[in-house]
Amino acid sequence: MTAQLEPQTFRVTRADLVRYAGASGDFNPIHWSERTANAVGLPGVIAHGMYTMALVGRAVTAWAGAADAVVEFSVRFSRPVPVPDTDEGTEVVVTAAVKEVTEEGHTRLSLTATCNGDKVLSMAQALVRKR
Amino acid sequence: MPLDQSFVGRSWPPTEPYLVGREKIREFARAIGATDAEYHDPEAARALGYTDVVAPPTFPVAITMPASREVVADPALGVDYSRVVHGDQRFAYTRPVVAGDALVCVNTVEDITSRGGHDFLTTRTDVTTEAGEPVVTVWSKLVVRGEG
Repeated sequence: MTAQLEPQTFRVTRADLVRYAGASGDFNPIHWSERTANAVGLPGVIAHGMYTMALVGRAVTAWAGAADAVVEFSVRFSRPVPVPDTDEGTEVVVTAAVKEVTEEGHTRLSLTATCNGDKVLSMAQALVRKR
Repeated sequence: MPLDQSFVGRSWPPTEPYLVGREKIREFARAIGATDAEYHDPEAARALGYTDVVAPPTFPVAITMPASREVVADPALGVDYSRVVHGDQRFAYTRPVVAGDALVCVNTVEDITSRGGHDFLTTRTDVTTEAGEPVVTVWSKLVVRGEG
């Protein structure tokens, strides 16, 4: 296991948000309606926080090598991820670094996710069990 | 209007079992771009020791978010859902969710605080099998933004 995960870049488009809304059952219109997003003071449609967390989860499970290796996983959503209505959408960049090895032998990963250079998560971490 | 503090510590009865379908896990995995075989192929999942396809770590929210609506939507609590943003999210896993699970949720309001004109509501959802075996515990902190 390496101490630092290569930064992983995930492209996020409006189509991804629609697909995630359907799969997760979270149909909050701020994730698909510009009109609603603007009406509640957002600059535009934003990604589901749980979609961003899911992308970070992909990086964590890739690092850990298995879905059942994740013991704990937590994030704070500190900034929204605006997703413009373009073919390119936007990009979320995820990093993971080993913070400590616990007494039980689990590895605590410190995680970051950024969009347009802004950190969109804070206090994001995962506890991972060696398989 | 501040949230009703008397909700802190209150738990709700167990929800009806949610039957975790193989296609739902595949659909969720596709939606987040998770292409590993353990999420899609039962044979590959069994080779890794699972009983069927395994769900990605954030999949439990597809179960707990609708389940916690009974708390958040209770008019007595006083949440204006149009002002809600997601603050924090935490999962503590006993084991991953797999296709074929029948999962029951028990919601508890853990904390209600107020700061800077905003209200913060922390719910805990204990997800277990029908027999009561723990699977995952899910905490969500919602921020109800103050007006103006």
